[in-house]
Amino acid sequence: MEEGADVRERAEAAARELQNECGNGVWVVKAQIHAGGRGKAGGVKVCKDIPAAGAAAQEIIGRTLVTPQTGAGGKKVHKTWIEEGSDIAKEFYFSILIDRATARVMMMASTEGGMEIEEVAAKHPEKIAKIAVDPVTGFMPFHGRRLASALGLSAEETKDAAGFFKALYTCFMAEDCSLIEINPLVLTKQGKLLALDAKVNFDDNAMFRHPETAALRDLQEENPQDVAASKHDLAYIALDGTIGCLVNGAGLAMATMDIIKLHGGAPANFLDVGGSASKEKVTEAFKIILSDPKVRAIMVNIFGGIMKCDIIAEGVVAAARGLELKVPLVVRLEGTHVEKGKEILAKSGLKIIPADSLADAAQKAVKAAGG
Amino acid sequence: MSIWAGSGTKLMVQGITGAQGAFHAKGCRDYGTSVVGGTSPGKGGTTHEGFRVFDTVEETVKKTGANATMIFVPPAFAADAVCEAIDAGVELVVCITEGIPVKDMLHVKKYLAGSRSRLIGPNCPGIITPGKCKIGIMPGQIHKGGHIGVVSRSGTLTYEAVHQLTQLGIGQSTCIGLGGDPLNGTNFIDTLEAFNRDMDTHGVVLIGEIGGTAEEEAADYIRREFKKPVAAFIGGATAPKGKRMGHAGAIISGGKGTAEEKFQALISAGVRIARSPGDMGRVMKEAMGA
Repeated sequence: MEEGADVRERAEAAARELQNECGNGVWVVKAQIHAGGRGKAGGVKVCKDIPAAGAAAQEIIGRTLVTPQTGAGGKKVHKTWIEEGSDIAKEFYFSILIDRATARVMMMASTEGGMEIEEVAAKHPEKIAKIAVDPVTGFMPFHGRRLASALGLSAEETKDAAGFFKALYTCFMAEDCSLIEINPLVLTKQGKLLALDAKVNFDDNAMFRHPETAALRDLQEENPQDVAASKHDLAYIALDGTIGCLVNGAGLAMATMDIIKLHGGAPANFLDVGGSASKEKVTEAFKIILSDPKVRAIMVNIFGGIMKCDIIAEGVVAAARGLELKVPLVVRLEGTHVEKGKEILAKSGLKIIPADSLADAAQKAVKAAGG
Repeated sequence: MSIWAGSGTKLMVQGITGAQGAFHAKGCRDYGTSVVGGTSPGKGGTTHEGFRVFDTVEETVKKTGANATMIFVPPAFAADAVCEAIDAGVELVVCITEGIPVKDMLHVKKYLAGSRSRLIGPNCPGIITPGKCKIGIMPGQIHKGGHIGVVSRSGTLTYEAVHQLTQLGIGQSTCIGLGGDPLNGTNFIDTLEAFNRDMDTHGVVLIGEIGGTAEEEAADYIRREFKKPVAAFIGGATAPKGKRMGHAGAIISGGKGTAEEKFQALISAGVRIARSPGDMGRVMKEAMGA
């Protein structure tokens, strides 16, 4: 159910409809955000009557939920989901992901549903059944039997469950998922398996063959800076510090964040401009960095390989001029055409603080940001 | 001496008529690598920038004796290109392409198993034996021939390490970027085994990053078998949990794969670690007792 006018009335109508269909007298109202841990944060309410369901929907929509997965700022709820309450007999955990070590598809099931799986893995690793499926054979009947047996299901339930697991494997492969996690997967007292909460991640690299999945992207659920960055093919992640970073290459970008921290500062972001940054891309990167009001200094760290330092220097100068940069800018260039690049920066007349090495740049950026 | 790439390498390029493929084929040739030609389906029999062009890898190998290939095929077709090279028996397959779906790599890994090919990458800068053979997109001029092996999961951070070594007057035997994807052809252990056997490599700089357990496994191997000094840095100590740091493989998930765990594993294996990426060269120098 979407946000908007008459939330309460619409929620009550939906609850009434559910009652007509199954009518077990219990409703669950759930906040729809892209993060787990909703229950503890007050985003899931169990209701015993229709007015309560309406009130719960009204209470949840528009609220900002802070869970361990949302970050300190939390996430605003724009949608809720209302379902019939389930008569739960058992709660399980189930997931599918790609195992790097064996290059197989790993299916995991545990009787410890509803709990943090990390906790189960740490305390009771024996309670997590792991099955590696070879992509050549795909999901086989014995995989289903093993998973069902690990969950302690009866013969009748096993038939059902095996079909359910097979369908999930098929979906994982066909849709290029990187993760399917169902927690909890419940067995109702009537012996029915139900996924009460699920998280599905998709492989970004495979989106080109799934336009229908790409179309489901909900920009409302994403940080506006992330959206702008992805539009310009920049890898950007907002962080909590004050020093904006513009770097080429993911490894060097991470290392740049690390060295800022080692020198007593805090990075405001991770930003990888990639291997082929043009003047336009650098300008966009500056815009995104500057849209974060916490930024008090910017550190540019470019190791030019294919990307030539003089081209980057021109991009930096153009962006700094065009955007009338007000915060201090520390630039460290190295690699192909580095001398030419440094000359362009020096002659620009802009107040750019040049740096000679990674450590030097970090020191200067931390100082410029005010310690 | 060196590992995998050297004066005996005859390199072909898959996707040689594309802008990237042609540019880097020339770059490798200019560096001194023997580049014998390449493929571009449908353009066989022509020449491009002075390179002979063939339709298939098999034909290129037959007619030129190529024993290594560098792949610049777009992501949607890259897994196919890697398998074609494996099928043609090319010994060294270096895949530069970034953005290959993980599912495609699952199939490539199966194809690779039991073959005679070594795959480096995908999503990597390549491999270089300074002064002899460059297969990849790294800037050749920052390297210097010598006795330190460099192995890394990233690109530009590898250049940073190499640059620091060269500035300190320390040359390199072979430098390899394994790539930032969760599934790749060659891992740290494969590379360390080769460096262990290589008489010309006297020490190794290992550069890891958050995500997965490749560094922990490398640390275990180093403790058990590696006979030469190792200096290491792990990128991403400041990365928050659950956020993917650019590389598809660089994500701390389920509390696993943190930089600190990796640093600790390496320390316990007797590796000298650089806490700062600005100290990679210096720490290697110390590890060599200089």
